[in-house]
This record gives sequence, C-alpha cells and structure tokens, in this order.
Amino acid sequence: MKQQIIVSGIGGQGVLFLTRVIAQVAVNRGIPVLTSETHGMAQRGGTVLSTIKVGDFASPLIRAGQADIGLLLWDANLPVHKGLLKADGKLVISTERDGEGERIDAACIAREMGNPVLSNLVLLGLAIKKKALFCTEEECEEAIRQLAPKKFVEQNLEAFKKGLNG
Amino acid sequence: MNEEIKLLMGNEAIGQGLIEAGCQIAAAYPGTPSTEILQAVIDNKQRAVEPLHIEWSVNEKIAFEVALAGSYSGKRSVAVMKQVGLNVAADPFMRTAYLGVKGGMLTIVADDPGPHSSQNEQDTRLFCLQGRVPVIDPASPAEAKTLIPAAFELAEKYEMNIVLRPTTRICHSRQNVALSEPVKLERKADFQKDPARWCATPAFLPALHRKLNENLEKIAIESDWQPKLTPGNGSQPRTALVASGIVYGNLVDLLEELGLAGQIDLYQVLMPYPLSPNFKQQLHQDYDRVLVLEETYPVIELQLAHPGAVGKETGAVPREGELVPDVLHQVLADFLELEQPAELADERRGQRPSLCPGCPHRAAFYSIKKCFPQGIFPSDIGCYTLGMNLGAVNTVHCMGACISQGAGFYQTYAQDGDFPTVVVTIGDSTFFHAGIPAMVNAVVQQARIIVVILDNATTAMTGGQPVPHMGVAAGGKKTKAIAIEPLVKASGVDFLETCDPYDHQQFERLLKQADDYIRSPEGGVAVLISRHGCIMDPSVRKAQDSTIITINDKCIGCRKCTNAFECPALIFDTEQNVALVDQDRCIGCGTCLPVCPVDAIVKEEK
Repeated sequence: MKQQIIVSGIGGQGVLFLTRVIAQVAVNRGIPVLTSETHGMAQRGGTVLSTIKVGDFASPLIRAGQADIGLLLWDANLPVHKGLLKADGKLVISTERDGEGERIDAACIAREMGNPVLSNLVLLGLAIKKKALFCTEEECEEAIRQLAPKKFVEQNLEAFKKGLNG
Repeated sequence: MNEEIKLLMGNEAIGQGLIEAGCQIAAAYPGTPSTEILQAVIDNKQRAVEPLHIEWSVNEKIAFEVALAGSYSGKRSVAVMKQVGLNVAADPFMRTAYLGVKGGMLTIVADDPGPHSSQNEQDTRLFCLQGRVPVIDPASPAEAKTLIPAAFELAEKYEMNIVLRPTTRICHSRQNVALSEPVKLERKADFQKDPARWCATPAFLPALHRKLNENLEKIAIESDWQPKLTPGNGSQPRTALVASGIVYGNLVDLLEELGLAGQIDLYQVLMPYPLSPNFKQQLHQDYDRVLVLEETYPVIELQLAHPGAVGKETGAVPREGELVPDVLHQVLADFLELEQPAELADERRGQRPSLCPGCPHRAAFYSIKKCFPQGIFPSDIGCYTLGMNLGAVNTVHCMGACISQGAGFYQTYAQDGDFPTVVVTIGDSTFFHAGIPAMVNAVVQQARIIVVILDNATTAMTGGQPVPHMGVAAGGKKTKAIAIEPLVKASGVDFLETCDPYDHQQFERLLKQADDYIRSPEGGVAVLISRHGCIMDPSVRKAQDSTIITINDKCIGCRKCTNAFECPALIFDTEQNVALVDQDRCIGCGTCLPVCPVDAIVKEEK
C-alpha cells in the first residue's frame, strides 16, 4: 500500500496536528511513513503545506501530479497546491463555497462547537467518510486519543464525528 | 534489545539520539529549523540515565563554548544552532578545529535550503570545509538518529568536534523512529590541564594544525563513513549518481517513480567533508559521467574535481533553492536524456504570513509609522520582521544588527546636517543575544536614535523559549531574572521609558518625547520598552480584556485598516466595498479601533 497525501492551510489552523494524526495511524499499523511540515515564519498566518507519504518511500516530498489526496483547510490555497494532485486525485476541502471536490463548511461546524481550530478534524471525518484516506474511522479515533491533549480528546473526537456523519 | 517505534520529527529523533548516546551537556540558541532539537532533549530529560545539563544559552557562541568545556572535561556534549547561528559561533568553532576536544562533542547545525525561515541558504558543509571540521549529512530523521552515537565515537577517537548537518526537510519531517536504551558512560568531570593545547599560543599551532590535517586524512578513509553504493544493473555503464542529505531520499523516490531504480550506480555520501580519497579515485577510474546532487553549495562536486562530473559548478543543477523532486526530475531528465517532464505551473505563493491578531508588535509598529512617516526603521530577526507588512521595518539583516545599523544611519545622515528620526525595533531575546554591545557602541558614539525594545517576554518566532529577564531557564526551572532596564541604564542610556503599546496614546506621546530628546543638546540614544506579553501565550490572552469587535455602516471602504494595520482578522469585502471582522480570528483586543478615520470599528456593547 502506498499513498501520497497533502494537507494545506494557513498557520494556526491545525495543519500540523492533522498531519500527525494521519501519520500516527500509519505508525500504529506498523507501516513506514514520512511527513514534511512547514514551521517558522509561515506559521504566522501564512500558507502552510504538509506532505505525508505512506508506504515504502525514502523522502517526504511530493512531486507535481503525484499526490493521491489533498486535504485543504483554506480554499484559497487550491490554485497554489492543486498542481501536486494526480489527475484523478481526490480533493477534500473546507469551504463555504461550491466547487470541485468533496466540500464541507468545517469552519462553520467548528465555530458552532466553540473552537474554529477543530475544523481540521471535521475535515478528516469527511475524508474518512468518502474513503479517500488509507485509514479507518477506528484507527483515526485511536490516533486522536493518543495525540490530543487529555482535556480536548472528547471535543476532538466529536469534531471528527461531525465530519464523518455530516 | 527492546525497541519502541514512535512517530518522531527529525529534530525529536536527534534529541532522543543525544540522550541515548550519553550526552551530558546540551546547549542551544533557538532558530528555525533547529529549535525542536534542544526542546526534545528537555522534554525527554527523564530518559537520561546520568546527569544532564540543558540550557538555552543567550546566543550560539555561548552555547558552543559551554558545550566545549563539557567536552574538555571528558563528557559528551552538544551545541545546537541554525546555519546562521554558526556564523555567531564561528570564532570558537574555528579554533576548536585546531585544539580539538576530549569527550565527544557534536555541533548540530540545521541548514535551511530554500530558504524557508532564514536570512540566507548558506551551506554548513562548505563552512566545515573552510573550518576543516568533519561534517555528516543525514538523509532521513531515522538515519540522523542512528548516526549520533557513531559520530560521538568518531569525535572521541580523533578528539575532534564533529558537525551533524540536518536540513529543514530532515528537521521538520516525521518518520517511524526506533527508541533504544540510553547508554551509561559513568564519566566524572575530569579536566586535564594542558596549556600547550587549551591555551595554544602561536608557537604551538603549527603542530596542532599538522595533527588536524593528519586526522582529516584518517577520517576520510574511516570505513564506516565511506559513501554507500547501490549498484545499477549495467544498463547505464560508466555513469554514476552521487547525492547527499535529503536530496538522496528525493532521488531514490524519483528513480523508483520513473522506473529507473537499480539501473544506475547510485552513491550516498554520508560525510561530504573530508571526502574519501578512495571514493574520488574510484569515481575517476570507473566513471565517465557523474551527476552530483547536493544542497546547497557544490561541496562534494568541488572536492571530486572529476572531469566528467556535472552539478552546480557546471550549471547542470540549479545553484539556488532546494533540490525538490520536481527540480531533480528536470536535472535527471537532462542528464540521462529522458523524456522531458511536463512544464511546471508558475509557483504561486499563497497567503503571506503576518503578525497574529492582537500582536502587541502590530500596535507598536502602527504608532511608530504614524509618528514618524519619514523615519528610517532598522529592525531585526524575529516575528517582528513582519512589521515590514506595515511599512515600519526598512532593514532586516542579522541578529542584533538593527541597533548598529540605526547608529550607522544616524552618523551617515548627521554628517550632512539634519537627520531623519531613526527608530530601531528589536525583540527582547534578540536584544540579549547581540543587542547589548551594539547599544553600548551607539551610546559611546553619541548616536541620536530611538531604540524600541519589543518586549513580549518570550522568544516568540521559534515557539516561546525562555528569555533571561523572565527568571526561567530551560524546562521551566527557576533562575535569576536579568531585567532589561538596568542593562539599558548601565549602557549609558539617559532616556528610558516603558509602555504597553496597546495604550496607543501614551505610546505615541513617549515616542514624540523620545524624538524631542534625541534632538535636544544633551540627546543621545533613547530607549522605549514596548511591553506586552506574546499573544500566543494563552495566559496573556486570558488576562487581557476581550470584547466583540465589529465594523458598522459608517465604513467608507478606505482600506486603511486592512492595508496600514494589516491584522489578519480584518478582511475586505470587495463586493460590498467594506471592511469586515473575521470573528474566527479576532481576539477582541481593540487595538484596531484608533486606526479607522471614521470610527467605524467599534466594540460591541455587552
């Protein structure tokens, strides 16, 4: 099994956490994974991109046209990062607008839950519902339990469920 | 052995590797992409089986020297920094090459090809060639960790400082990484006095230099550190690919994707300097064509001096930026005469970074720009570099440069007569790092400038490492607090005020007083401390007032708030031609209220 994934957003949206959850699933399953993340200046509200390569790879970076799936938390990044996707790659986007790909207003759902940053897990929920990712619902839940700060675990799982059932 | 597999960032893997290898003195100054290395040592200190001193030093030179003394005393030590940090530590680093070390000492220098978060993309491997220091170039987080104990052993065998050079794509990559039990070395501090070595005067240096050169020759042929060959199937005779660092990983994946894996002889260079003479000879004998792939400068290529080698020197490989897979694809297609890859769309940059909503620096910058529209604004390295988005930052150079540059601007203008108001902005951590000597110099040279110390009580850009005036050391340990004010006064500054930039009226009043002062007969350096905690700190946010901010129908669509104040929580609706508040991002600080010329930004009544 090989899968190449991009997670795109802006600094502060929880792109790094979402990246870790997906990569943790791979580790739990005992398969190799490599991620690459944006840290530093760009984290101050600038465009950030994580790449995740699951399976037998040597580098975390993804070539244009090679990603199997794109998770976008910031729809304005679509023209910036779409080129990384395969022609038949799957797009899962958090947005209030209509357009290509699987779409959900994750920010709105997260806001209603009282914390806009939860939109990352709402989006993950939708990606799992659409069977876009290599991982299962149960595996994601396990990874969220492992990685979320204790007092936010239940809220994080709730956000994930909202995406899954939305 | 019982091995636990964890998902670790490269920097965490390196930090864990240091603990497992018995490192006992670890010192660093934060800087992207290196910061999480020391943080991982702090976070996993409980795994250490022997005493472990960890410090966020005031700067990289100090970190290096602290670690050096640990090594002189026979223990394993490490100094960690980003690539430009090595420039700060260059003085002790270069001499250490000659004098050597005792206990294993590593200098971990994280390079930033791209660059992603740095002021240049200098190559530490070239620095090591000039400094005559062996350097290791890992290709993955797991490999970086594996190489640490071996690097300590090499350092101890030759009594030399060894550099480990990860790049951003190693530091900020995550991978399945195995943890293992830390070794117990049972060493006691034991500094053996040896003036001919530790105090080496010029008389002793030729012998030390000779020893260094002999060591380099031996290290270059150490069997564990030879380039690793993955042989091809002979279909591309007398042709080789040579790569080091993350570029090797990128190349392996690319060859696989192009169906070329196992066809061409492929070498991974673990130690780019000193480069193995056997390897050089082999390449000269066995290959007519060699493609050298490395970041960022042609360090291997230059040492190879192979007539058939192509790379950055020959122009076959781009000389700047990262060798990301798409760039490599083009290079490889040219070298092997493959089908040309599809043309890449123009790179689009996306959203630029900006200071956080509620950032006190934004309020300070807005007031500075408002008070001195014609001023010159030297600034420095940190989040506040982003003051350039507000037009309140005109220069950003290197740690601490702003005060000396500010003084230089004053001297240069003043010799022509009148001078503009020079307002320097420097963060608290940067002030401690390299600002104090510059401050003393500016006072002694009678520069008439305003220095605004942006004190947000942390090293914000790199994620909130402690600063000396907070009385907290690495890991939250209590220590003595070194206040900024007495340091400023002791530097000879006679005008010193402190103000919260959220109080814009008072802040602007003080800026004007400072300007009056620098222009008065007795004037000199004026210092205004802009004090408000970093808004990334949840306790700061919790402690301050927050109200719902909205924009009412008085808005005339002038865009002053979105352009001149540039808060990410203020957005412009081009259809309605009005500004809006993004309630997901607004923290309700109200610092934007004074910006609106028609008072349309309002606090909602509770």
